[in-house]
Formats: sequence, structure tokens, C-alpha cells
Amino acid sequence: MTAALTAAEPFLRWDWVEDHTDDIRSAFTEHLQLTAIAVAVGFGLALAMALVAIRWRWTYGPLAGACGVLYSVPSLALFGLLVPVLGLGLVTAEVALIGYTLLILLRNIVAGLDGVEPAVREAADGMGYEGWRRLLRIDLPLAAPTILAGLRIATVTTVGLVTVTALVGEGGFGDLINDGLGRNFSTPIVVGTVLSVALAVALDVVFVVLERLISPWLRAGGGGAGRG
Amino acid sequence: MGDAWSDMLDYLGGDAAWSGNNALQALLWAHVKLSLFAIVVAALVAIPPAVALGHVRRGGLLAVWIVNVGRAIPSFAIVALLFPISLRWGFRLGLWPTLIALVLLAVPPIFTNTYTGVRDVPPDAVDAARGMGMRPGELVRKVELPVALPLVLTGLRVSAVQVVATATLGALVGYRNLGTPIVSGFQRANKGPLLAAAIAVAALALLVDGAFALADRRAIPWRRAAGRQADVTVDARIDATIAGSGTPAGAAAGSGAAAGATAGSLPG
Repeated sequence: MTAALTAAEPFLRWDWVEDHTDDIRSAFTEHLQLTAIAVAVGFGLALAMALVAIRWRWTYGPLAGACGVLYSVPSLALFGLLVPVLGLGLVTAEVALIGYTLLILLRNIVAGLDGVEPAVREAADGMGYEGWRRLLRIDLPLAAPTILAGLRIATVTTVGLVTVTALVGEGGFGDLINDGLGRNFSTPIVVGTVLSVALAVALDVVFVVLERLISPWLRAGGGGAGRG
Repeated sequence: MGDAWSDMLDYLGGDAAWSGNNALQALLWAHVKLSLFAIVVAALVAIPPAVALGHVRRGGLLAVWIVNVGRAIPSFAIVALLFPISLRWGFRLGLWPTLIALVLLAVPPIFTNTYTGVRDVPPDAVDAARGMGMRPGELVRKVELPVALPLVLTGLRVSAVQVVATATLGALVGYRNLGTPIVSGFQRANKGPLLAAAIAVAALALLVDGAFALADRRAIPWRRAAGRQADVTVDARIDATIAGSGTPAGAAAGSGAAAGATAGSLPG
């Protein structure tokens, strides 16, 4: 390991990778868990806020504004504010990660629900759908593509942010990066980075497939809607 | 929280906060200097090709690709990756890895927003300008860029906020800035400087965001003059780019500032 500083040291040492497959696998699991918890909890909170914002229109400005402020606070600063209260560890990491998903999710959920055509709503009302039932059976399914687009962006962003949570002790692939940075050894940095990006791309693809499955009417039309 | 707060007040009341290597004003200046440098370089790199491609209305896929790649690669990873490379090539520790990472981070939002803004200038306006005999250069300068200005500003705003936020990571590779007390605070549980620097960075990011919001209102003539109508259409377009999964130009990259803009323009 002390050879790390010499010029002959390659950026990626495969023997290290082979020796550390267990570490890499557990980093993967941890990364996925941190992301899943953050997006799931963030979605729950954002959905609740969106329903409030739809019901009482005037609350949307303040809610989106508050999420926007939260979104603008740098991650390292947010950790800095949370660590004195919550200490190092999972809770601090998750609170920060959840906070960053809220703005994206809230905006997309509201945009999706707003996008439901008034005529469709009227037809649903006319057919006797009311309140929660209309929301669950009509509004949410029609808003699903936009909501999924928000989940997709939130997920990919969170995968990237999880690497930074390594600094508060819970980082998945970020732990590998942090480890390499700490002893100026490039192999774990490269491995952590490549796998983090790969995970983001893989999840992105999963969401693209989901979007197709959940909105059959988009499959037929092709990409025509994008052109103005 | 209570004792962290009093730690911070003790720290701010003492000499250590204001003198020496880690004086807060020196760290703040280093932070601002680096961020400014990165934004200027990124704007110079991103805007000319974005305007050129938007003008000819080509390269939409490239714009989408740049956003997606920019979103997927964590800046922490870029800083970390560039660190050993920088050492090997004999560059100075700290500054270069951080600067390059920040420029890479700042390019996508500026590029995609500028591109989208120029490309989506109403065809009627472009036809009218051509009909008046404008040459391509004039068309870009007098019609396309002014009309695209709000989105160019949005791109700069998103990038600037992200750069100010991410510059803190430079502390990990030895570039002294407001991130330095935060990182060393994690390692040594030194709560006073940690909290002071965290608040300073957060305030700086919000200040930059607010400054751009103000510039958006002041620099764009049709917002000054009874701009409700214009606000609505521009926000709708930002919403559309966020919502539409197929064309995420500006998408999440734009969401911070875009939300700010929307929140600001909604009544209440």
C-alpha cells in the first residue's frame, strides 16, 4: 500500500478489487438502502405536501419556497447544522438526503395533478367519483408519468448525494471514495465513482422502463409530445 | 444544540475566528474567489456552443445527455478522482482538483438552459427578424439572446448556487475555504467553528440565489413592466421541462432556481 505515491502505481489495481469484493458488495447494499429510504420517505412527505397545496392553493408558494431553501443549502453545510444535534450516522445522513428530494418531488407531483384535464375531472365527477376515490382512481394514474419523472430525477440525484454522506459515516460507495482519498490511493476512488455512476444509470433505466409500463398511451404516440 | 450554539458564540467571540490561517474572513474570501472563477470559466466554456447549437436548432440529444451525465456523476467523486491525478501531474494540491470539479459541475445547467432558451425562441420572432433583413449574427445578438436571457440567467443561477455549495468539498483535498472548519469539525467534534462555517456557507448559497432572483427581475425588461403574463409563460416552460421526462433540459439541474422563481412569482 505504501507504493501508492510512486508514479508507477496504476489508477486501478485489479488485485485490490479482487481482494475486496465483500466490501464492495456491502457498499452497494448500503448505497441502495440509503437511496431507497430517502426517496421513499421523501415521496411520502412530498405527496402529503402536494395534497395540501392542491387543496389550499395559497400554501403552494410557501411550501415550494421552503423546500427550495432547503434544496439550496449546501450538503456539507446541512451536515454541519445537523451533526451538532443528531450526531454522526444514519439519521443525519437520511434527514439531509430526504430534504433534498422534497423540492423535486413536490414540484412534479403538483405539476402532474395540475395537468389532469378539467374535462376529464368533470367526466369523473359526473360518473360519481368523489374526493379520495377520484384522486386514487383518476388523478394519480393520469399524473403518474410526471410523478415518475420526478422520482427518477430524485433517485438519480440521491445516488450521487449518498457518496457525500460518507463524510458523516454512512456513504455506501462514498465510503470507498473517502477511504481512497484519506490515504491517497486511487483504486477505491475509481471503483467507488464508477459503481456510483453505474448505479445511477441503472436506476435511471429502471425508471424509463417503469414510465413506459405505467403509461401505455405514451408508447403508442412516440416522442411527438416533446416538440413544440 | 444548545451547547453547540454556545460553543459557536464562544468561538466567534474569540481571536481564533478572526485571525490566522483559518480566519473566517480569509476562508470566506477564498470560497468566493474560487466560486467566481469557476462560474466565469464555466460560462465561457458553455455559453458559446449552447448559443450556436440553439441557433441552428440542433443537438437536443447532446443537451439531454449532458444534463443526465452531469446529474449522475457526483461532484464529491470528481474532486476525489482529480486529487491523485493532480498530484501525479505535479499540480498544486487543493486548488486545481477543486476548480476543475466545480467547472465540470457548473457547465451542464448553463449549457442546457442557454441552449433551450435560444432554441425555443418563437419561430415567428425569428422569421420577423429575418424578414427585416437581419444577418445571423444580428439575429443572435438582437433577438435570440435577449429572448433567451431569462433561461441563461436561470442556468447561471443554478450553477452558481451549486458551485458555492460544492466548493466546500475543496476542503477535503486541502483547498482552504469555508468547508475547512466543517470537515475538521466532523473529525474532531469541534462544534463551534463547524456550526459557524456551516451557517456561513448556507447563508452564502441563499444570498447568491437571492441575488440572481433580483437580477432576474431587474435585468429583464418585460418582468419590470407589468410582468405577470411573462412570468407565467416562462414558469410554465420551466415546469414543462421539469415535468417532461423525455426532454429534461434544465430539469433537476434547474429545479432549485426554477422553484425559487416559481415560488417568488406566485401570490402569497
